[in-house]
Amino acid sequence: MVKWTDFERATIQDIFSKIDYDVVGPAALSRCLIVYPWTQRYFGGFGNLYNAAAITSNPKVAAHGKVVISGLEKAVKNMDDIKTIYKDLSVLHSEKLQVDPDNFNLLADCLTIVVAGQIGAAFTPEVHAAFQKFLAVVVASLRKQYY
Amino acid sequence: MTSLTAKDKNTIKAFWAKISPNAAAIGADALGRMLVVYPQTKTYFSHWKDLSPGSAPVKKHGATVMGGVADAVTKIDNMTSGLLNLSELHAFTLRVDPANFKILAHNILVVFAIRLPNDFTPEVHVAVDKFLAALARALSEKYR
Repeated sequence: MVKWTDFERATIQDIFSKIDYDVVGPAALSRCLIVYPWTQRYFGGFGNLYNAAAITSNPKVAAHGKVVISGLEKAVKNMDDIKTIYKDLSVLHSEKLQVDPDNFNLLADCLTIVVAGQIGAAFTPEVHAAFQKFLAVVVASLRKQYY
Repeated sequence: MTSLTAKDKNTIKAFWAKISPNAAAIGADALGRMLVVYPQTKTYFSHWKDLSPGSAPVKKHGATVMGGVADAVTKIDNMTSGLLNLSELHAFTLRVDPANFKILAHNILVVFAIRLPNDFTPEVHVAVDKFLAALARALSEKYR
C-alpha cells in the first residue's frame, strides 16, 4: 500500500481544492494533444484537431478534459486505495479504449505543467514532489489491469 | 523524433529572449526542483555538501546548465557539431545516463510554466520540448 505523509495528503487535497477543474482539465488535455500530437490517435471522433487553435477551441476536447479531471478526483478522495478504485478504469483503458499506457505519463506531465502555471510560486519543489508522487500512483493504478 | 522547423526555431529564439534575463535563476530552480522531485538524480551530486533548492552549489550549477542551454540556442542550426565538447564531457567524464536529460527538461518546462504562464502557451511548449529533446540528442552523440 502507498504510504502518504501528512504533508503529501494535505498538499494533494489543497491543490485539488484550489484549481478550477473547468480550466485545468481542458487545458491539460489540449496541451497533451498539441505537444504530443500522436496522442490524437485516440480521439478520431472529436472533429477538428488540425492545429493548436482548433484543439484549444474544440468543445469535445474541453468536455473530455473535464471527464479526465473528474476521474482524478476519485483518486484524490480515496488516496489510500487508488489501485482498487481505478480497477474498472484500468480495464476500460486497456480493453475498450486500448490506450498505450506510456501515454498516461505524457498527460501527467502536461497536467503538472498546467497546474504549475495555475498555482505559480506556491508550486514549490516539495509540493511538486507530492503531486508527482500522486500522479505516479494514479498512472501505476491505471496500468495495473493491462495484460 | 522530428527535427526543428523554421517556425520552431523562431518560436524558441523569441521565447528565449523573454527568459534570458532570468536564465540563471530558472536553471537553479529547475535543478533544485529535479533533485527533490526525482531523488535518484541526486546520485550525480554526492560530492556536494548541500543539495537543497536555493543552496550555493545548486544555484551555481543551475546557472552553468542554463548557460549551456543558452549556448545551444545560438547553435540551434547545428547543435550536434556545436555541442561536441559538451557531449564528450557528458559521455566520458560525467557519464550521465541520457534518461536524465528528459527529466531535467521536464523540470525546466515546469519552471517556465510557473514564471511565464501567459507566454508558455501550448505552441511554445511543443517547440521548446522539441528543442530540449534535440539538445539531449546532441549531448548523447558521443556516448557510444
